[in-house]
Amino acid sequence: MIVTCIVLGLMVLAGLWTVMTRSLVRSAIGLALTSVILTVLMFLLGATMAAVFELSVCAGLITVVFISTISMTKALTHEALLQKTRDRLKRYWYLPALLLVGGAVLAFVLAPLPPGGALPAPATVDFAALKQMIWKERQTDILGQITIIFAGVTGVIVLFKERKGEKE
Amino acid sequence: MPLVFVLVPLIALLAINLPLGSVGRKLGFPTAALLALLQIGAVLAAPGAWLGSPAPSGASGVAPVVGGLKLAFSADRLSLLLLLSIGIAALAALCVARGLERKEDRGGESRFYNLVILAMAGMNGVSLVTDFFSLYIFLEITAVSSYVLIALEREKEGLEGAFKYLILSVIATVMMLTAIGLFLLTTGDTSFAAVAKAVSAGQAGTGASDWTLLLAAGLFTAGLCVKGGLVPFHAWVPDAYSSAPAPVSVLLAGIVTKTTGVYTLIRLAGTVFAGAFHIELIFLVVGILTVVVGALAAMWQKDMKRMLAYSSISQVGYIVLALGAASPLGAAAAAFHLFNHAIFKGQLFVNAAAVEAQTGTRDMDELGGLGSRMPLTSWTSVIAFLSAAGIPPLAGFWSKLLIVLALWKSGHPIFAVAAILASILTLAYFLMLQRKVFFGKSLEKLGSVKEASAWLVVPALVLALVSLAVGLLFPMLWNTILVQVPGI
Repeated sequence: MIVTCIVLGLMVLAGLWTVMTRSLVRSAIGLALTSVILTVLMFLLGATMAAVFELSVCAGLITVVFISTISMTKALTHEALLQKTRDRLKRYWYLPALLLVGGAVLAFVLAPLPPGGALPAPATVDFAALKQMIWKERQTDILGQITIIFAGVTGVIVLFKERKGEKE
Repeated sequence: MPLVFVLVPLIALLAINLPLGSVGRKLGFPTAALLALLQIGAVLAAPGAWLGSPAPSGASGVAPVVGGLKLAFSADRLSLLLLLSIGIAALAALCVARGLERKEDRGGESRFYNLVILAMAGMNGVSLVTDFFSLYIFLEITAVSSYVLIALEREKEGLEGAFKYLILSVIATVMMLTAIGLFLLTTGDTSFAAVAKAVSAGQAGTGASDWTLLLAAGLFTAGLCVKGGLVPFHAWVPDAYSSAPAPVSVLLAGIVTKTTGVYTLIRLAGTVFAGAFHIELIFLVVGILTVVVGALAAMWQKDMKRMLAYSSISQVGYIVLALGAASPLGAAAAAFHLFNHAIFKGQLFVNAAAVEAQTGTRDMDELGGLGSRMPLTSWTSVIAFLSAAGIPPLAGFWSKLLIVLALWKSGHPIFAVAAILASILTLAYFLMLQRKVFFGKSLEKLGSVKEASAWLVVPALVLALVSLAVGLLFPMLWNTILVQVPGI
C-alpha cells in the first residue's frame, strides 16, 4: 500500500512536470516518464496486460511520434520562453490545488469500497480470458475502435495533404 | 438488425475510397446523399422492423448475436427518432456542401463527404449502443470527425474553433472515462442495464456505495453537458459553429452536438439514472440557465452564425428543462423538441449559408433588405424562426407546449413560466435577425445579390415544409416515433 502510494505520488509529480516544463521535448519526455511510472503502478496492482499496453503504446510509440513532430518545429527565444512560463503560472496557478482537492475527494468517496476495489485484479494473466473479453465480448467496441483509427487517419490526410494549387 | 445503420456507412466509405482514382472521388456526394436518404426512408417506411429486444433499456442487457458477431446494437423509438434526425440534417448539410462547391471542383474532392459518412456512422452508433464504454467509443468517432470537419478549410478561425472543441471534448472524455471506471468498479459491468440495476439498488440502500455511483453519474452527466454545450460548459459552441465551413455548421448545430450531448442525456435520464440522485433538479437548474443565458447572449450578436449558435444553446436548454420534469411526457417533449430543433436550426444555418454565399458577409450590420432579392431564403427563414420561437401552428410550438405542460404537470410552474418568458426572448432576437438581414431598406452595395442556388434553396424549402407539416398534422402524431406518448 505504501509503495503504491509513493509510486502514485511520483506519477502525479511527473505529470505536473510534463505540464509545467518550458521545453516541448522535456514535456514529451515527461509524458513518457509518467507513462512508465503508471506502468509500474499497473504491475504493482496486478494489471499486467494493461501495463504492457501502456508501456508499448503510451510510453513508446506516442513518445516517438511526439519527438519526431517536435523536431520539425522551431524553438522560441529564451526571453519569449520565460515570458510564456510566467504567463502560464499566472493563469493556471490553481490547477495543482484543484488536482490535490480532486484526489482527496475521490479518495474519500472511494474509501467505503472493499480493499482492492470491487474488482480484484487476477494475480496471473489469463490470456484465454483476455482473448475472450476482447474478441468475443466487446466486438462492438473493436468495430468502434477500428473506426476511430480510420477517422483519425482520414483526418490527418484531410488536414495535412497538400491540395491542388497549394504548392506555391 | 439495427447493426446496418453502422455497418452500411462504413462499408460504403471503404468502397468509395478504394483506389478508383477520380471515379471514387466522384462517388462521394451521391453515396453520402444516398445513405442519408436510405436512412430517412428506412426509419419512416418500417419503424417496427428495427425495434427489437433487448431495447437499450432492456432488463437483460445481453447483446444479440448476429452472424457470429456479438454486436450490442439495439433500437427503440427514441433511437429511431434520432436516426431520422441524423438522416435529415446530414442530407441538408450535403446539399449545402454541393451548392457551395465550385463547379470545377465538383467530383474532385471527397474529403467532406467521407467525413460526413464517418460522422453519420458514429452518430448512428451512439443512438444504438446499450453500453457506457461503447457509447464513449461512438461519441469519439463522431467527435474526431467533427474536429476535422470544423478545421476543414485549414484557416486560422476554423483551426481555432476546432482546437477549442477538441480541448473541451477531451475534458469531457476524461470525465466520462473516469465515470465508466467507477461504474465498472462498483457494478462489475458497463452496460446500461447493469448500471441502472446498481443505481436502483443503491437508491434502495441494498447495493454498492451510493456515493461512488453518484460521483460516476455526476461525472458522466457533466461530460455530456460539455458535449452538448450546456451552460456553464458552452464556451466552445459559438466559436465552433461560426468558424466551421457553412455545411459543417448545418451538421454540427443541427444534429452532431444534439446527438453527442443531448440525446445521450435523454437516454441516460430516462433509462439509467431514472429518478435517482435528484438528477431532475440539476436538469431544471442547468436547463433554465442555458435557456436564458443562450437567449440573452444571442441578442447581442452581430454575426449571423454566432447568433444562431447562441440560439442553439438556448434551445438545448429547453430540451434539458423538459428532462427536469422527470415524466414520460417530459421525455417525449424533449425528444420531439430535439427533432424539431434539428429541422429549424438546420434550416436557419442553411439560410445563413445562402446569405453568406450571395453577399460574402455574415455581419448583420452590413446586411439589409435581402427579402426582395432572396425571397425564398427570407420566407423559409421566417418559418424557421417562428417555429423556434414556438408560434402556432408550427412544429416548434407543439414541442414547447409539451415541455411547458410537462413542467406544469410535474409541479414546476415557475420553470414552466420561465420557459414561456424565455420564448419571448427567442422571438425578439430572431425578429432582430430578420429585420437586419431581410427586411428594411435594400442596401445599395447589395444591389446585385440574387437568390441562392437550388442546392441551398431546396433544402430550406423542404425543411420549412417539414416544420409546417409536422405542426399541422400534430394531432395524428401521438404515439408515433415523433411524439412518444399516447396523449396528454
